Parts: sequence; structure tokens; C-alpha cells
Amino acid sequence: MNNEVLKEKILAVLPKAEFAPAGQWLTITLPKERIRSYCQTLKDSPELRFDFLFCQTGLDLADQFQVIYHLESTEFRYVIVLKASIPNKENPEIDTVSDIYRTAEFHEREIYDFFGIHFKQHPDLRRIFLDEISDMIGHPFRKDYKDEVNIIER
Amino acid sequence: MGIKIKSMKKNDFRDNDTLELFKQSGGNVLITTLDEIVNWGRSNSIWPLTFATSCCGIEMMATGASRHDFARFGIEVYRASPRQADVIVVAGTIVRKMAPVLKRLYDQMSDPKYVIAMGACAVSGGPFYYNTYSVVRGVEHVIPVDVYVPGCPPRPEALLYGVMQLQRKIKSETMRLTRDRDREYAEGTIPPKFKLSKEEDHE
Amino acid sequence: MIEDTVIGSIEQQEYTINMGPQHPSTHGVLRLVVSLKGEIVTQVKPHLGYIHRGIEKMSESMTYPQIVHLTDRLDYLSAHINNHALCLAVENALQVEVPERVKYIRTIMDELNRIASHQLWWCSFGMDLGALTCFFYGLRDREYILDIFEESCGSRLLHSYYTPGGLMKDIHPGFQKRVKDFIKYFRKVLPEYDQLLTGNVIMQERTRGIGNITKEEAISYGFTGPSGRGSGFACDVRKHHPYALYDKVDFQEVLYHEGDSLARYQVRIGEMWESMKIIEQLIDNIPEGDYSAKMKAVIKLPEGEYYQRVEAARGEFGVYILSDGGKTPYRLKLRSPNFSNLSAIDLLARNFKIADLIAIGGSLDLVIPDIDR
Repeated sequence: MNNEVLKEKILAVLPKAEFAPAGQWLTITLPKERIRSYCQTLKDSPELRFDFLFCQTGLDLADQFQVIYHLESTEFRYVIVLKASIPNKENPEIDTVSDIYRTAEFHEREIYDFFGIHFKQHPDLRRIFLDEISDMIGHPFRKDYKDEVNIIER
Repeated sequence: MGIKIKSMKKNDFRDNDTLELFKQSGGNVLITTLDEIVNWGRSNSIWPLTFATSCCGIEMMATGASRHDFARFGIEVYRASPRQADVIVVAGTIVRKMAPVLKRLYDQMSDPKYVIAMGACAVSGGPFYYNTYSVVRGVEHVIPVDVYVPGCPPRPEALLYGVMQLQRKIKSETMRLTRDRDREYAEGTIPPKFKLSKEEDHE
Repeated sequence: MIEDTVIGSIEQQEYTINMGPQHPSTHGVLRLVVSLKGEIVTQVKPHLGYIHRGIEKMSESMTYPQIVHLTDRLDYLSAHINNHALCLAVENALQVEVPERVKYIRTIMDELNRIASHQLWWCSFGMDLGALTCFFYGLRDREYILDIFEESCGSRLLHSYYTPGGLMKDIHPGFQKRVKDFIKYFRKVLPEYDQLLTGNVIMQERTRGIGNITKEEAISYGFTGPSGRGSGFACDVRKHHPYALYDKVDFQEVLYHEGDSLARYQVRIGEMWESMKIIEQLIDNIPEGDYSAKMKAVIKLPEGEYYQRVEAARGEFGVYILSDGGKTPYRLKLRSPNFSNLSAIDLLARNFKIADLIAIGGSLDLVIPDIDR
């Protein structure tokens, strides 16, 4: 599948889409407000049908948080990557996509647990792994996380 | 090819004889004989608890299955309830969320109870010793351990050897004395140094 | 009359039951909080994290050859395949072409690993349904594969046999003969599995029509591997995004469309046949050559993102690496198949009896350290 062809197809339904420089797969960068509308459009468009979210990753970059969505179209076997940036590091928030892709429900809980990114309108946003550990205050995957008691660094 | 394992003379490879030194000498003829009978019975019918957290659990299953078959040594029936089990084989990593559960399981077991720490994770944290925020570095910080079986994961033969060491240990017990370990555990002097939270020590 | 009312009230009462973390049929330390009405499941809430070891966080301070050893310990039943994912990701990033011989050996080892994993699943699935004999049959045959692994890799379960660029050591001289002997033996034995369990009336009653999931729901829940293919979701990475030698061998993607526990069962049995087919095509043609490509002593990935998908025994396993150019990854994400498969358990078990929850859990073949990572 040629990336250029896919790009044109995406531009047909999402004229404002911004593409990142070429990588392994076609990558769309977007501000966090658009994530729901983009996912919905990509899923519903009969030319694309991106219906399988196979990976959702949280990232802590120096100046922002990012949530990365790896989408596949099970009908046409296209793969694209969506990157939503969250510039607010104090109080990170993004819309949930768990009603569009049900698998995101767990993935979002995991990202909330690791990074503290709040997913708005998530049906059950609790810490998924680290909820019963009494002193687990911070979010361990943030780069500024420190835990002198439990981490032995090497 | 490049790897050579230094051979060991048969004489050097002895069983752990120091266990027998624990045995109390002297005493009443009747009681020591009774001890022997009781210990013989106990050591040959150790029932393990099905407690497997990760990879080592698969090797524990393999030990119980067709080829290795540890029922030969009397460690026979896997019990699902801690109240029916004699030995808990801690097979796998214990993380901080699991530690209170493990302690509760141990407390629910009826005396006499024994613990085998199977695998590097249960012995010391193993591959998850450094740079992780959630692993308990050795099950000895939660419950007292009788036998350590190293390996990642240990071969079934290693677990069998560990079980046989436990049997030796049971055979050297006497029922007149409470085991030091149990007394210390009841008093709260062991397990040492493990912290569940920053403020309060693990009770 | 009195009995009727008593039973009737019990059937109408609502209960909340805690299953696990220590429970013999949750395959580890999964904890499910089950809401019941009488015997009928109304809600299942999984509570995770009882074996969360922070592997992704650890990886951020480890070099790539070191991380290979951690991937073993995620889904320990498909250790080779997990290693494969990370090694491929690193090789693709460095644009290293591994020797043909390595590709052959890796593909064969992966498929042997898949068979061993499905054998163990078959044992434990039988046990979940109360058929203990399966346990002994399955583990008996699994030992033959473990012997093959042991000869070449030096370990039974967690091999760490693949390194970025190739293999740790060359295969044992007797490898090909041992594998061929095993395939010959297993072709004879696998029909026994069918005779013993597949046709069994109790087994059929307890799995047919239990735990249904449609294709659309399966895709939405990210249901991959044999579980997804039981619902007709063609999700075999080996077929659709081939790696190693999977584009050169002839094999079928086993698909069933019922979406119930029995379909998932049959996919796995079918996959064992397909895996044997793949191994037979490759085992005689392993080319001579090096067992590893030339790699630098210190592996540094160029700046950028790398993602590699492979088909593990339980579904799609993915490795996402974000490198800042150093020896260690800036962020490493492991997409584990069981994590997504588990998220559908509420949908699968709802409105079935609590005993069926065990059968459904068994048919998903969950490995808990893979979920928690």
C-alpha cells in the first residue's frame, strides 16, 4: 500500500490533517481537541474503515505529553498513526475514544495510571495496576518521578 | 563449545548435612520415637498450595506432571485452599500489591507450615531487582522461608531437590519445642525490613 | 411449595463474589470481582496489577540486548516470539539484514514455541472443565519440545535465544533430526487430543454457544490471536504483515466464525496442525551460514520511532520503541495480546452461569504477567 495514495484518501475526508515526516507508517499529528472527530471520521469513512486500534501509548516528552494511537483498517490493511499532543503538563486532559474503540477503555486506564493523563468522559477511569498500593502517589512513567524508597537505581 | 563447567568431585557434593545438627539430641525415649513417627508422616505427605504468580508456576506444573511427577516424593495433591495446604511454593515475582495477599494466605495456613521460595524473583527479586518501583525484593521480606530454590526458572529437578531438602528439615524437627522461626514470626521480629509504605513499617 | 420459594429467592438474590488473586483457575493472579444474580453473571470487573513489575519502566534504563531478557518474562509461554519482536524492531531500526539461516531457525523455533504453548493451553483448558487427564497428556508431549529447546538454547522455558542481529548460539547438530522425530510423533498424537476432549459431550455442552463475541465486537475490543480468529476476525500478523519467512511458507489462517468458546478451542487445535506444516516446509532447507549478523558491541538506535508486530501464541504482540539516539530507549511500550483480550471478559461472561466464566477464561488462554507487564 502506497503511503501517497493513503494520504490522498485521508485528505479527502480530513482536509485539515497534518502529516509528520515519513516514518514506518503514515503519521498524523493533531491537537488533542480533534482526536474524537478524527477517530470517528477515520472509522466511519467507507474508503478507509480504520476500525482496529491495536496500540495506544502514552509519552512524556520534554515540553508536552503525547498519546499515540496505532490504527489499522481490517478491511484494507492500511495502518496509520495518530499523535495527539497535550501541551498542558500541569493538568493533562484529553477526550476518551473508548466508545469508538472499546479496547481503549483499558489502554486509557493504563495511560492514566502511568502518566496521569485524564481522559474526559471515560466510563471508569481508575488506576488499573497501582490502585491498592498506599504510597503510590505519583505516576511512575513521568520522567520526573522519584521514589527513593522502592527504586534501587543502577 | 567454549563453555566448560568445572567438574566437582563426588565427595564434595554432599547433601546439606548441617540440617541434622539442628536435631536436638538426648531427651525422653518415648518423645523422640514419637517425634520420628510424626516427622516421618509429615515429611512424606506435604501438600502444596496452588500458588503461582508467574513463569516458575509453569515449571511447578511441569514438576507435577507426567515426566517429573513429584507425587513420588509425597508432595502430592495441589490444594486450592490454604487451609488444607502444608507448604506454599512461592513460584514467581511478588509485587507490592500482592505482598499483603501472600501474607494473608500464609496466615490462613494451619501449622506446621513451610515455605519454599522458588526462583530468582522469590529469592531476591531476581531480574527485577533494579530500577523498578513495584517489586518486593525477595519473599523473605513478607513471610519466613524454609528452602530457597535458585534459578530463573529452576528446573523441575531443582524444585524436587528443594522439596527433598524440606523433607530433611522436617525430619529433624521435634514437637517439644516451637520452632524458633514460628515464635519469631508470632512475635513480629521476622520478617525484617520490608516496607509497605513510607510512613509505617509492614506489620 | 416452601422449597420453591426458598430456591426462588436464592435465584433472585444478588451477590458479589471475589475470585482471586489466588485462585486455581484464574491461571495466575488475576482478580475478578463478579456480580451475580442467583447463578447468572451480571458483571465481571477485572482488577489487575498483582504481578505488575514495571518492565516498561525498567527498560528505559537498560540496553537493547538486556531488554530481550525481559521480554521473555512477559508471556513466558511464547518466549521465543516475544524475543523475536524486540530483535526485529532493533534490526529494522539499524537496517541490519540477518542471515537466511537465522530467519529459518527463528521461524522454526517460533512455531515450536507456538505448539508448546497451545499444548499447555490444552492442558489447562481441560483442567478448567474438570478433565484432569488432559493435563498429563499435554505436558507429556510438551516435554519433547522443551528437550529440543534445551539442546539448542540451554533453557527449558525462558530461552533468551534471539539477540539483536541473530542468535545466541548455533543450533545443536541433532536439532533437525529431533524436530522431525517430534513432528512424526506429534502427528500421531494430536488426533488423540481430539478423541479425548474435542468430541466429549460434557466439553461440547460447556463450550458450544458459551461466551459469544461477534466479529465487530472482537475488532472493537482488539481481540487478537486465536481468540479473535474464533470470531472470524482475520488478524494473523504472520499472514497480513509478514515477517521472518512467513511470506515464503504455505500455511492457512485458521478461521472460525461462531465466536464461542468451542470456536476458540478449534482454532488452537487447527493452529497446531498449521504450525507443524510450516516446520516441515523449513526443517530440511536450513541453509548453511552464520548464526548472527555482524553487530556493534554497543547498540545505539538512531533517533525515531519503531514499531514491530508479531503473532504470539495468544495474539498480536507489539513493541513500540521511541529512541533518542542513546543506548537505552526513551520509551518502550509493549502491546500485549492478553491485555486487550481480557478487556472483553465482561461482555463474554455476562448472562452466563458462573461456572461458564471459568470455561470462558480458559478459552481465552490468559497469561497474567503478560497482562500486567
